[in-house]
Amino acid sequence: MISEKGLHLGRRDLLRFMGAGGVAVSAALIGPKMAGAAPSPVSAKGARIVIVGAGAAGLSMASRLVQRLDGAAITIIDSRKAHYYQPGFTLVAGGIKPKDYPVSTTAEYMPRHVTWLEEAVAEIDPDGNKVVTASGKQVPYDFLVVAAGLHLDYASIEGMDVARIGQDGLGSIYAGPEAAFATWGAMSQFADTGGVGLFLRPNTEMKCAGAPLKYTFITDDHLRRRDNRSKAEIIYAANNKVLFSVPIVSEKVRMLFRDRDVKVRYDHIQTGIDLGRKVATFATPSGPAEIKYDFINVVPPMRAPAAVRNSPLRWQDGPWASDGWMEVDKATLRHKRYPNVFGVGDIAGVPKGKTAASVKWMVPVAVDHLVASLTGGQTTSSYNGYTSCPLITQLGRAMLVEFDYDNNLVPSFPGVIAPLEELWITWVMKTMALKPTYLTMLRGQA
Amino acid sequence: MKDMDPFVFLVVFQEMLGPVLWLLVALAVFGLAGFLIVVLREGKLDSKRLVRSELIGLLGGVLALVLAAKFTVSGFTDAGGPVDWLLVGLIWGIGLAGTTILAYAIQGLAPCRRCG
Ligand SMILES: Cc1cc2nc3c(=O)[nH]c(=O)nc-3n(C[C@H](O)[C@H](O)[C@H](O)COP(=O)(O)OP(=O)(O)OC[C@H]3O[C@@H](n4cnc5c(N)ncnc54)[C@H](O)[C@@H]3O)c2cc1C
Repeated sequence: MISEKGLHLGRRDLLRFMGAGGVAVSAALIGPKMAGAAPSPVSAKGARIVIVGAGAAGLSMASRLVQRLDGAAITIIDSRKAHYYQPGFTLVAGGIKPKDYPVSTTAEYMPRHVTWLEEAVAEIDPDGNKVVTASGKQVPYDFLVVAAGLHLDYASIEGMDVARIGQDGLGSIYAGPEAAFATWGAMSQFADTGGVGLFLRPNTEMKCAGAPLKYTFITDDHLRRRDNRSKAEIIYAANNKVLFSVPIVSEKVRMLFRDRDVKVRYDHIQTGIDLGRKVATFATPSGPAEIKYDFINVVPPMRAPAAVRNSPLRWQDGPWASDGWMEVDKATLRHKRYPNVFGVGDIAGVPKGKTAASVKWMVPVAVDHLVASLTGGQTTSSYNGYTSCPLITQLGRAMLVEFDYDNNLVPSFPGVIAPLEELWITWVMKTMALKPTYLTMLRGQA
Repeated sequence: MKDMDPFVFLVVFQEMLGPVLWLLVALAVFGLAGFLIVVLREGKLDSKRLVRSELIGLLGGVLALVLAAKFTVSGFTDAGGPVDWLLVGLIWGIGLAGTTILAYAIQGLAPCRRCG
């Protein structure tokens, strides 16, 4: 049902479509049962809470803390004025949504009575209970929430130049909304001409590990819709021996790749790129390997931002030490060595959970524990690693993949929406309902 | 999805549709109230008018599906499992029922003799 032209629809189209369904659903909802209200606020007069980062996790934490606490002085520190709904990057780069779809402003979600310091944090000093901003301002705290997301380490790929995304078949959906849009231009051109399409993922922890896979499927479908699939070879370079960290999902993707004729190269870790020759270099167990491409989606290694990586908050040993992820308890998100510090969102050094969907489950847990500490109370609230990834497998269909720390599937709609099944309803959810859900999460309403 | 209560659904719909949500609610209330007023006033369902409304309703169902396809840049041809067919039926059904009720109410309330 998708024509290559006219993929972009505006809000007005939505409004027209929602006409019929919206009436009935909304009428049914405006009943007397207005559940979901937060518990009445507790007094926290004089408590100083500092939040580092005003992205998905930072804003959601601020909104919830304002609802739960009376009289606390809450400060959020972030220099970024724009807010990005990052899951939308994939849709922009897939030609499904317009360029401005993921973009809004930080200010519109900033809760009242929260002080926003518009600069970056340069240093975190948990022994001195303070953070230092880029301009040298010292901000003391009683409780610290670190929600600084992650750093896209493009610089560690030799030869990579973010400014050239969109040119010469270079794509990268992660670098931001403009890069995602430029990637759509490059991919669309590739879908017209064919050649070698190269897809990959980094050998580090990463946000939304499904995104590189989704983008492979989306590109495959654009080629098919333009009758050019036979002119193209699609290669997916996996960093290790699997396609996804959850075994049952990895197997499913393996079967889908076989069905779509996507060739897989296992144990390939990108180390460099020659943008002129259009060649990507990989480290493999048998030495360096080169793959020529006509279109590539570069996904950079991801690490903790420097302010955290260079602080005592990082893991000191184990798998998350080298990239500087925060050493938090995986159930409570409280720092293991500094009990008045919490790490929420991508920055948390936990086995899963670098998605916006995880943020939705992490935030209430961290808030419960912070409020309990502040009021001398107790809570059993715990985060089970819930991560969700609506994996688009073609334009018009997606699989709802939800799992926990132990690689169990934890479907939200068991018996109705089957996990690992390619469904239209999941596509409808992904393209229509997830952004509104995300935005209400930022406001502490969902 | 964690807390799936009606309030969350309401705020998500509000976020999705903005003020138009309330317009739609108003339209639904108008349709239902108008329908009830006409039925109570006349003490019966006018079968001719009902059949006419149902015919319009059929078109309403189709229109709902067309708009669903247009807005989701996909459509029922992408249906991949039973729940998808359920969704297709639901969208069609809501379009049908909503349009039928609204059409019945408007015809009944309109000060036009031929509208019965
Ligand atoms: C291409 C792509 C596709 C994705 N797809 C999905 C999906 O389908 N489903 C899903 O659930 N999730 C998806 N995600 C992941 C999701 O967007 C992130 O997991 C989520 O945004 C994490 O929230 P966060 O608050 O931890 O980080 P962010 O939202 O990235 O926010 C971090 C904030 O910290 C700030 N910051 C950084 N350093 C400092 C500092 N030193 N001082 C002050 N502030 C600082 C930044 O400016 C930023 O505002 C996707 C992400 C990408 C990029």
